[in-house]
Amino acid sequence: MTAVEQARVRPSGGAAHWLRKNLFSTWRDTALTIVFGALAAYLVFRFAAFVFVNARWEIIQVNLKLLLVGRWPTAHLLRLAVAVSVLALWAGLIAGLIAARQVQRDTSSIAGMTTRERIFDLARRFGLITATILLLLSLTDTAGPWIWTAAAIVAGLAGRFVGGRLGRLIVPRWAMWLGLLAMVATPIVIYVYLADAVPLAEWEGFFFNISAATAGIILSFPLGVLLALGRRSKLRLVQWMSITYIEFVRGSPLYVLLLLANVSLEFFVPASLAPSKVVRAIVTFTLFTAAYLAEIVRGGLQSVPRGQEEAAKALGLSPFKQTSLIILPQALRNVIPAQIGQFISLFKDTTLAGLALGIFDLLQGAQAITQQDAFRGQGLIIETLVFVGFMFWVGSFTMSRESQRLERKLGVGTR
Amino acid sequence: MTSAQASTRPPLHRDVRVLSWAFQLVVFALVAGVVYWLVGNYQENTAASGIPTSFDFLSNPATFGIPGADFAPTESVRNAYVIGVLNTLRVSVVGIILATVLGILIGIGRLSKNWIVSKISAVYVEVIRNLPLLVIMTFTFLGLILQAMPTIQEAWVFSWLVVSNRGIGVPWYQNASGWALFAVFMVGLAGWWLVARWRRSVSDRTGAPSRAGLIGGSVFLVTIVVGWLLVGAELTLPAVDGRQIAGGIRVDPSFFAVLVALVLYTASHIAEIVRGSIQAVPKGQGEAASALALSPFQRMWNIILPQAMRIAIPPLGNQYLNLIKNSSLGAGFAYFELTNVTQVTVGNGSPAVPAFFLALVFYVVISLVASTLVNIANRRFRLVER
Repeated sequence: MTAVEQARVRPSGGAAHWLRKNLFSTWRDTALTIVFGALAAYLVFRFAAFVFVNARWEIIQVNLKLLLVGRWPTAHLLRLAVAVSVLALWAGLIAGLIAARQVQRDTSSIAGMTTRERIFDLARRFGLITATILLLLSLTDTAGPWIWTAAAIVAGLAGRFVGGRLGRLIVPRWAMWLGLLAMVATPIVIYVYLADAVPLAEWEGFFFNISAATAGIILSFPLGVLLALGRRSKLRLVQWMSITYIEFVRGSPLYVLLLLANVSLEFFVPASLAPSKVVRAIVTFTLFTAAYLAEIVRGGLQSVPRGQEEAAKALGLSPFKQTSLIILPQALRNVIPAQIGQFISLFKDTTLAGLALGIFDLLQGAQAITQQDAFRGQGLIIETLVFVGFMFWVGSFTMSRESQRLERKLGVGTR
Repeated sequence: MTSAQASTRPPLHRDVRVLSWAFQLVVFALVAGVVYWLVGNYQENTAASGIPTSFDFLSNPATFGIPGADFAPTESVRNAYVIGVLNTLRVSVVGIILATVLGILIGIGRLSKNWIVSKISAVYVEVIRNLPLLVIMTFTFLGLILQAMPTIQEAWVFSWLVVSNRGIGVPWYQNASGWALFAVFMVGLAGWWLVARWRRSVSDRTGAPSRAGLIGGSVFLVTIVVGWLLVGAELTLPAVDGRQIAGGIRVDPSFFAVLVALVLYTASHIAEIVRGSIQAVPKGQGEAASALALSPFQRMWNIILPQAMRIAIPPLGNQYLNLIKNSSLGAGFAYFELTNVTQVTVGNGSPAVPAFFLALVFYVVISLVASTLVNIANRRFRLVER
């Protein structure tokens, strides 16, 4: 029977056809399937047996608060809950405003979807993180976390709705500036609100990982943009200084910089300013990330067509206006996905601060709880490490998915 | 006349050249001011607490021992640094080789037509890439080595392998200096290279299969086995002797944990690079290879991979640099590489800033050297177009 006849005889589609095509097409394929199928089955079995049967998850349940927010005083937990809800409202408002102001270029994404498809799309994007939050909530034994999670979700949705409405209004210029000011001021107010109860130096647990990464990426942004502009500048001296800084930092391991900050940052500032461990970590993250952001922004600057700058010049804009109004907005838009990638990488690297500076972040906390009286010497390190890994994995995986989605949406490289 | 001259030369505050120099000087003055302030603070603070700022501490005795190395605490800090650098290079070189092999295999696996193979590769990449390296390394050290491996008293002993949490014993040559072994090894490598070159030229002339890898590899193996016996080395098997492993060579558990973590983590990144590079090779290349009736292996090895690796060189170089820098995490797991030596010597009273400055200079220099090598390789293998 020739191949053509075979193809005619065998109906296309159906499970048997799929199996034959994807798993057993040649003898070599069959061998691969058997070997790797057995390996996969064994690993899945071992892992499932560990997670659902053998693992003793009570160490996580008992220490959940310690892992997530460290030794944050219970009396001030309310402030955290309020902060999360306000931030959800804030993020929802911004998302709504952006969605309303955005010119709908592509019909491919949301516009052409039915309600059902939209729900599936949302489930695929945020299902994992929702499941994780539900899992964490199920480990708690009071109603507070449930109520505040619901409050945060409602706040986020309300913000999204109100933002979408506000975005369509035509408001006077002063109102727009006022709104912008409020948007920028909100995180600062929230920081002051939290730090007023618990000083920055005592932020621990997963909360430290998240806030240190966020602070690092935001604070490094101005320096990163300046370095990128400096590196592309025609002014030799400025260019040379930028290159020296960028290459020195990119050649150094973050861990060594953190160790150095741990033992010597106090020597470089007046004795009265001796910084706390958390501040040391954030300063190091900022200076370190700035060099990487600079390279990302430089790539964005290179992606802006020359004609844009020439057109800006032809309109008689000053060099400052050329850069800030024409070049930078386009460059920064192009590098948003890469910036998210940098944020993910910093988020994972915050664990280094725990080891280098002795901060009780999620990973160090997880190692410490295995030494508690109730759990010492029982070999529970695997359980805690699986939990830590899962928390970081969910965050990084969701963000990298979103960044890929954004990349497609922005059409980077295709326009 | 005067008016024409005035129009060709703008006033000073409008002259672009003057403005740009003024701007540069202002920026430079600002940066210099900040640096001056920092250095001034440093000198003042160190003088106030009596901490030396020179590099004299390098000649002081180290006062700490280095497990797994022939190093006495009375030797100088300088020698400790040398051992640290060598250990960094050791884990980096072995790690780079293993991570490349594993990464290429997984990258190819992800594009396999076999559903199970491609899914396993995809899951591997998506899981490992999104975990912090430190979590993986903690897992390999605390979980894999200290917990899953047996103590030395109940070590798993196979005929040529001893596994325990004191280390892994494998057969190794004894009674010969490391340099002699290394020299023979290099002679073997040179033999491999020469034979492979000769086979390829024969193949180019006659069209016979070159089998360069097979024949060259055999030459290499024969050279080192015979050569090591000739320099007087004898192969010994590892065995448990009381609380230690005697005979053979002991792979330090810290080294093993750091190496495994670095390889697993970097391989997941390399796999993505390899996948992207293979997809970037024009489809016609693979189809042409199939039309010439090459086997799937020949198609991948001779046609697709050489072209894909050319695209992959710059990002691969980046990953290699990351691996070298990430090896500094070994300091957290009792592996005595450069960072650990620095940390310990600072803990023993060496001044922190000069000590860490030395380590940073080493990392920056190695990064610059490695990126130069990558640039050279990239230029050499780049597709030359008309």
